[in-house]
Amino acid sequence: MTMEAQADRIAWPEEAEAVERPRRRWLPFSPWHLVLFPLALIMLLPLVWMIVTSLETQAESLHFPPVLVPGSLHFGNYPSALRSAPFGRWFLNTFIVTSTVVVSNLLLCSLAGYAFARIRFFGRAATFMLLLATLMVPFQVVMIPTFLIVKKLGLFDSLPALIAPNLVSAFGIFMLRQFFRTLPVELEEAARIDGASRLGVLFKIVLPLSLPALATLAVIQFMWTWNDFLWPLIAVFSQRNFTLQLGLTVFQGSHDVFWPLVMAGNVMSMIPMLVLFFAAQRYFVRGIATTGLKG
Amino acid sequence: MAQVVLDHVTKVFDDQVMAVDDLTLTVGDGEFIILVGPSGCGKTTALRMLAGLEKVTSGRIAIDGRVINDVSPRDRDIAMVFQNYALYPHMTVFRNLAFGLRQRKVPSREIDRRVHEVSEILGLDELLKRRPAQLSGGQRQRVAMGRALVREPKAFLLDEPLSNLDAKLRVQMRAELKRLHQRLGVTTIYVTHDQVEAMTLGDRIAVLSGGKLQQLGPPQDVYDHPVNVFVAGFIGSPPMNLLRANAVNGRITAGDLQLDIPGLADGDVVVGVRPEMLRPAGDGLPAVPFTVDVVEPLGDEIVVHGTVAGRLAGSGADDQIPATGSGAELATVTARFDPQLRPTVGDRIPLRIRPEAVHVFDARTGEAIR
Repeated sequence: MTMEAQADRIAWPEEAEAVERPRRRWLPFSPWHLVLFPLALIMLLPLVWMIVTSLETQAESLHFPPVLVPGSLHFGNYPSALRSAPFGRWFLNTFIVTSTVVVSNLLLCSLAGYAFARIRFFGRAATFMLLLATLMVPFQVVMIPTFLIVKKLGLFDSLPALIAPNLVSAFGIFMLRQFFRTLPVELEEAARIDGASRLGVLFKIVLPLSLPALATLAVIQFMWTWNDFLWPLIAVFSQRNFTLQLGLTVFQGSHDVFWPLVMAGNVMSMIPMLVLFFAAQRYFVRGIATTGLKG
Repeated sequence: MAQVVLDHVTKVFDDQVMAVDDLTLTVGDGEFIILVGPSGCGKTTALRMLAGLEKVTSGRIAIDGRVINDVSPRDRDIAMVFQNYALYPHMTVFRNLAFGLRQRKVPSREIDRRVHEVSEILGLDELLKRRPAQLSGGQRQRVAMGRALVREPKAFLLDEPLSNLDAKLRVQMRAELKRLHQRLGVTTIYVTHDQVEAMTLGDRIAVLSGGKLQQLGPPQDVYDHPVNVFVAGFIGSPPMNLLRANAVNGRITAGDLQLDIPGLADGDVVVGVRPEMLRPAGDGLPAVPFTVDVVEPLGDEIVVHGTVAGRLAGSGADDQIPATGSGAELATVTARFDPQLRPTVGDRIPLRIRPEAVHVFDARTGEAIR
């Protein structure tokens, strides 16, 4: 069939780019690496130091200059750390809080972001400006009112106290709205003519096409919540409701700073984040690239 | 299949821009109607109102006698093909085709049957597992058509469906569209700015300009009897030559051109002559001297651009209206010659114009006088 033959001759963009003249190289790698490599080293150093310290003896950890290659690896620091504080409980708490917050953010920010992106309603622009304005208010300003509200709700010193104020974020709404606006509106119109409701359009067309943005939001939200220290410090009181970050700090203060154990705890608290980051990195990087540029 | 009625439909954007102005149009059951006009004439807005994607400011839209002004797009039972196809990028061709049926809770065996039936008609069988990004432009276009077809809707709305295809494919798809319509007989409303598509596809064409319906009728009628200067200049390619002229005592004078049209009232007029009506004159016939500027051989004919004495009249259909009246009393006209004639640039050729082939319009209102 002639049409198929026609199709075969269409040059794909990748091919077109590949034909471009090859750049002349005076180094076996891009010159940018000369800048990026030292920067990466600087960024990695604390991480490496943390991991190394978590495997050292107390003496090595206090030695100056720092010992970067320990004499022997003390993996026993990890079980000791787990035994010396209710890390399991804190880990579970953090996990419950973080996953609830991430899931609810993905859902609620999608709904609100879509409304701001596509539905025309009275006061949309004003509401959106108000929402943006809240992004500029530092947490320290709203900390005490938030605490009072949470206390009035009878949630003080409970996991819901950690979850409730973070169920939805202005940042998430803003980010998803920006992304949704870059999607061709005809897709949504086609789906509506095809018989989808507004929600159907959101869940069957818009969200599947927004995976990069959703992954980005998930990672950012996970990171914030997992690492949050200040709000748990205010909102919970009993050790059984601690999150990891709060627990680690208390742990650090209650002993004569036994650094290898503290660092072992820190390494363990970081693992879920590293896993998530590497898993979502592909989407994450693309998400930042697209949400940042197309407004 | 259904009758579609637009009854005094008006669309005003933001209380300011009049996109569609009092459009009244009845599309018969199974009819293929074309909305044609230059960009910004309101044709797409009219289609979007039919689809339910734009609210109607005033007037009524009815399908099969049921007013659907406030019916949501999903409940109108119409299908639309978009200019950029709007295929769902995250779904395979099969799921693209099945989406509308799934939304309507059609049993999956029925979905299977209908998708395969349509993919066979359109030659998409091999592509069902691919995603839109893996398809060529022509294939995407056919998937977009297929998505409309499987729904078996009351009416098809097509918004410039061929404009993203290359010229060869466009000609192919044009014929395919016509064949499909002959086979299925679904009421079809087709928006285009391409007057070749308008002429070839439609049972009737509706020419729009500035949101207003200018003329409605079978393509040949509109071509032969344009009701005003705009339609005369818009329909036809190359467009009709339009010259300013003056009528006195039943005689029209435009530069060197003189025509006797008995019974014509005195006053300023615009005369229009189709390029194919300009022929080199034989001996002894009244003729207009024509100087050749540009020769475009097309194989089966030669399009010749040149000048005659006189002044051009703009129809409002052109993208740019040539500057006239700058003292130079020369007007550019276009003629279509037999390929046996081989005019060369600079030739002076006497052109014969038969009075019965000349359209005459009122210079003030633009309306056709004869």
